Amino acid sequence: MTMIRRLGAVAIAFGAFTTPVYAEDITIGLAAEPSSMDPYFHNLGPNNALIGHMFERLVEFDANQQLIPGLATEWKAVSDTVWELKLRKDTTFHDGSAFTADDVIFSFARADQYEGGNSSFRTYTKGKTVTKVDDLTVRIATEAPYPLMPNDLTTVMMMSSGAKGTGDPAKNKGIEAKDFNDGTATIGTGPFRFVEWKKGERVTLKKFDKYNGGLKQPFDNVTFKFIPAQPARVAALMAGDVDMIDNVPTVDIARLKKDSSVALSQGVSNRVIYLHLDQFREKSPFVTTVDGKPLDKNPLLDPKVRKALSLMINRQAIVDRVMEGVALPAGQLLPDGFFGRSPNLTADPYDPKAAKKLLAEAGWGDGFGLTIHGPNDRYINDSKICEAIGQMLTANGIPTKVETMTKNVFFSRASKGGPDKSPEFSFILVGWGSGTGEASSPLKSLLATFDPKKGFGASNRGRHSNPKMDEALVAALATVDDKQRGALLAEATDIGIGQDMGIIPLHYQVNTWATRKGLAYHARTDERTVAYDVYKK
Amino acid sequence: MSVFIIRRLMQAMLVVLVMSFLVFAGVYVVGDPTQILVADDADQAERARVIAELGLDQPFHMQYLQFLGGALSGNLGESFRFNEPALQLILERLPATLELAFVALAIAVFFGIPLGTWAGLRPESPVAKTIMTGSILGFSLPTFWVGIMMILLFAVILGWLPSTGRSDEITYVLGFPTTLFSLDGWAHILLPAVNLALFKLSLVIRLSRAGAREVVHQDYIKFARAKGLSESRVILVHVMKNILIPVVTVLGLEFGGLVAFSVVTETVFAWPGIGKLLIESISFLDRPVIVAYLMIIVLIFVFLNLVVDIAYSILDPRVRLQDMKS
Repeated sequence: MTMIRRLGAVAIAFGAFTTPVYAEDITIGLAAEPSSMDPYFHNLGPNNALIGHMFERLVEFDANQQLIPGLATEWKAVSDTVWELKLRKDTTFHDGSAFTADDVIFSFARADQYEGGNSSFRTYTKGKTVTKVDDLTVRIATEAPYPLMPNDLTTVMMMSSGAKGTGDPAKNKGIEAKDFNDGTATIGTGPFRFVEWKKGERVTLKKFDKYNGGLKQPFDNVTFKFIPAQPARVAALMAGDVDMIDNVPTVDIARLKKDSSVALSQGVSNRVIYLHLDQFREKSPFVTTVDGKPLDKNPLLDPKVRKALSLMINRQAIVDRVMEGVALPAGQLLPDGFFGRSPNLTADPYDPKAAKKLLAEAGWGDGFGLTIHGPNDRYINDSKICEAIGQMLTANGIPTKVETMTKNVFFSRASKGGPDKSPEFSFILVGWGSGTGEASSPLKSLLATFDPKKGFGASNRGRHSNPKMDEALVAALATVDDKQRGALLAEATDIGIGQDMGIIPLHYQVNTWATRKGLAYHARTDERTVAYDVYKK
Repeated sequence: MSVFIIRRLMQAMLVVLVMSFLVFAGVYVVGDPTQILVADDADQAERARVIAELGLDQPFHMQYLQFLGGALSGNLGESFRFNEPALQLILERLPATLELAFVALAIAVFFGIPLGTWAGLRPESPVAKTIMTGSILGFSLPTFWVGIMMILLFAVILGWLPSTGRSDEITYVLGFPTTLFSLDGWAHILLPAVNLALFKLSLVIRLSRAGAREVVHQDYIKFARAKGLSESRVILVHVMKNILIPVVTVLGLEFGGLVAFSVVTETVFAWPGIGKLLIESISFLDRPVIVAYLMIIVLIFVFLNLVVDIAYSILDPRVRLQDMKS
């Protein structure tokens, strides 16, 4: 035995001597597979994370969603409505051609006019006109002052204007999604280049030697395997078939912590889990009397009642028991460190006495009955959280039924299952991740007055509406000065949550990645799993 | 004979048509795919655009007619999720599933028939009792649990076999991609195939045991023995042959089941076949893929039934004659 060990040691030493540079590879087990390699086909988490290895954006997010230079090294507003960007010098695409302002214009045009696809990047490109100043300078003009420009630029990836496809030239610049899927058009400037996508199985990438940007290249070859089943993903890591996995199930965290061959990397995400309450119907379908009879008034219309419900929820208990410690109690839309937070709001304490008093003041001292609806396969432990809330409210005089269902049924009903495509439920559990990394995104979608024309309140399933909050938000969206905008967003949050309790925030999700020993991950707040944020310990 | 086949074919087409309606209607009532597909921060206009582009703003009968029209020309629709023809997505992954189902079936047959026959010939022996108890376990333990336990034991603890996925070493045999010609291929397929085979193995054991017990007491076996044939010839030729008829019938149908319901095994072992595709398509409400998948499964079943019927009529003239008379 000792003999073998010695031999092994010699072999390792010898190996280290003869090949000073190891080819370092990593295999990552992902829970979700992207739906395309086309950067504009589908604005979806798994797509944006994986395609972002090959295609860079003008501005990138670091692990904490702070803005860092991407293909633009500098950006500034030259007037209220025009932004100027300096592009990174000496940058080449994977095929050797140079990256210039023309590629930016080409990329914006293809993203903006994308036909087909499942949700485009138009939200981020519309109203923006890109013009070339010189090869390495572009200007982006908007009709109105647009302070979120740098944040929007973290979404659209830059492709090569020289890419050729097999499609109809009039559509998507002649390049179809399948031309990206087989690698023909998958030409970016990113730290890794495309090798192969075997659908349902894996994506392989190779380090791009001429990469000159700020993202790291810790590995020569990167393989992503798609293992949706949770136990199988954990087993693959423990068996050594993959070096890293994402979405570690909370039930396995305690066990993996004890395992010395595995390291965990955790970090809070930009995703808040919250409750939406019916604030638009005089009679709400799932609000009843204490003994379950229909109620002709809707108590949830009263902010005091909403606040009382919030005080009945023991967030720390949910975090400790349901989430096994892997979450942070929430008092507003985004956790510490994000832009546009309110300094005044912290998570509501568990205070049943104060809650009862508020209910009595609002004229609902005898309580009422509720049903909480939620998905059971969308957020971490979602159905268990619903059950916990049901128990907490029931214990405090609001008998609450719990009904959870699969996400593809839940979201349709929650958004438009009622008459006239109105939200069907009265009281639901949902989550929101802020893609732009600041507070305007959730304020606009969740709390602003529902208005399809303006594109406000698209996910406002409780239909909270307060003109004062809308006013502050609209003002913020037009204020270029960071400090002023931050203050306006904080004000809007203070009104929407602090004063109105338009939603009840529960907790911020904490995400967990597991790696084999010797590796670690910069846990990203945007929940992306990317090889360039893996590092060696 | 040809009348028989034509009649069966027409019945089969009717079944396929009825199934297409049921499947389409069933998938249509579940949820709204755009709620899952479209990014959270898309506004109402973008949602409306995607709904229109996917044709989901059309009434049900229009969507169904369009689907039928496409299906007649071999186009089962484009996947919402991948924007590629649903049929192509399924055909790309079908070889992996067929390979898995084939190996599982082989395991079930090669172990099931001898074990079952043994148990049938010596029903009181302890070995037979062990076999039968084992087959109860095979029936009753849930596939996903057994799969996870197998991964835990053979991949995590012992480290003998890979935990997930399919091998890369693909050989083309008559245009059919398979991994069965490499050691790595077998290392990858062994666990999922055994997992998938367990239920069928138990079934084959029970069938052949019951068959053996019945056949052994038949006059022709007694006669064969009286004629002085060796025991091995009696069992291998006279008993086995007669056991095989029901086993073949059931297996023919069960092969369809193996292909259709490998969903659980494929998910647990991340086997890149159509079962895994189906599960992912359901979670994304990718209607065209779900419908195309179910239609293909219907076709497979109808086809297998047809083959079994025809094989039956060849094996047993009574079936053929009966059908002719009616």
